[in-house]
Amino acid sequence: MNKLRLLLVLCMFPLMLVWGAAHADSRVLRLSTTTSTQNSGLLDYLLPTFQKNTGYDVHVIAVGTGKALRMGKDGDADVLLVHAPPAEEKFMAGDNGVNRRYVMYNDFVIVGPKNDPAGIRGMMDAKAAFQKIARSKSTFVSRGDDSGTNKKEKIFWKDIGITPHGSWYRAAGQGMGKVLLMTDEMQGYTLVDRGTWLALKDKLGLRVLVQGDKLLFNPYHIMAVNPAHYPDVNYKGAMAFIGWMTSVQGQRLIGQYRVHGKELFVPTAIPLKVAERTSH
Amino acid sequence: MEDFGQASLRALHLLVTGDRALWNIVGVSFSVSVRAILVAAPLALVLAFLLAYTRFPARLPITTVLQSLQSVPTVVVGLLVYMLLTRRGVLGDLHLLFTQSAMVIGQIVIAFLFMVPMAHGVLAGADRRAWETARTLGAPPWRAMWTVMGELRFGLLAVTIAAFARIVTEVGTSIMVGGNIENFTRNIPTAIALQTSKGEFAQGIALGLVLLLLALVLNVFLGILQGRGEMR
Repeated sequence: MNKLRLLLVLCMFPLMLVWGAAHADSRVLRLSTTTSTQNSGLLDYLLPTFQKNTGYDVHVIAVGTGKALRMGKDGDADVLLVHAPPAEEKFMAGDNGVNRRYVMYNDFVIVGPKNDPAGIRGMMDAKAAFQKIARSKSTFVSRGDDSGTNKKEKIFWKDIGITPHGSWYRAAGQGMGKVLLMTDEMQGYTLVDRGTWLALKDKLGLRVLVQGDKLLFNPYHIMAVNPAHYPDVNYKGAMAFIGWMTSVQGQRLIGQYRVHGKELFVPTAIPLKVAERTSH
Repeated sequence: MEDFGQASLRALHLLVTGDRALWNIVGVSFSVSVRAILVAAPLALVLAFLLAYTRFPARLPITTVLQSLQSVPTVVVGLLVYMLLTRRGVLGDLHLLFTQSAMVIGQIVIAFLFMVPMAHGVLAGADRRAWETARTLGAPPWRAMWTVMGELRFGLLAVTIAAFARIVTEVGTSIMVGGNIENFTRNIPTAIALQTSKGEFAQGIALGLVLLLLALVLNVFLGILQGRGEMR
């Protein structure tokens, strides 16, 4: 193994000379996050201020929560912003991360076609709505990528005792934006975070049919990759990002973010004045 | 949803107004793929030459294996490079994952696997007398190799350009090992994938047009070269 490694490193050496690899640049912070924070535009809105204040150059790698956590475990990211509490707790229990903080929440909604073949419009009970979709065998498009949204959806199916299969259930294996577009094309139903929904809804013929259930609550946490496992992760940068996201400025900006005049995320890290907080 | 015509118009507008984000993406694509082809092409051509002009025991099996490797999907190359470069991988200490260097490495592999069998075909199918004459006249092997490649330069150039077209349009490896990071590892194909996922078709079309334009320029260039070759 060591010989192979040496050989490979030797082979790479001329390449490194020529291309000057970005070798552990302490100004670069690798943020692994979910597609929802990128597709909703939140990061494009927040990061310039963070970069200006701290000088860190944030490299955003947007993947599903499952992959994001995996990247944290492997040391391929410095800081994670994700939304799947049970998986995050497992991640933390395995000593893969440190300094996990609750930064904000938004909520999930169930969207579907205008004609609503499953008849779930206006329901408050998300599980009952899922049951109706399954019974009527209406097309349901699943993320199918082990993302936070996908994990949430799978919990619903499990709780109502249904193993979704058959031609009505389509596991797309793609990010939220693409799944919404696919759902629109197939005139099906899907579970979506409100941020991505608001960012895309003008391009779609779908409607929000179910919302407001407590179970649809969608909390986001931020955490640093454990520097004890990977001494060369940018722990300082990760802590600066966590600090900034949970600062008065960061929290205020999160609360002020609007898409089409609607707030997307409610900051929760520090109790801001009621007037600054956005009601939901 | 805006229709195709509207999206295309907006795309053209983005292109001619010199939209910075757009041209940045174009720049990443070119920089990465040019670097990759500069490394891959000489290596591939020399190996192809050795396989075509020398005789050693493992020559046929190696040729067959390389010919089959040509059909490995680019995402599989991406997966292997990812596993190699992840912090847990053999080369994890180099911190190359999610950098342009990682994309360059992936594209080198793809271009190399593509070029060796193709160039081998060109070289093996050629008249061996160029080689024999050069050798008889006392040229050392490397000099004779140079002569043969010079004779076949149009075919070999066509192979190189085809390999370049393949890596510059490739999305699987780029998105896996590059991570699609804005202003850094986002290239034309991964940007099109992202824009589509956001329902932003105009920028996707604009980038598609750039690629199309590139293909056109390359082919015209190649056509001119071949024209000259025929006239000699």
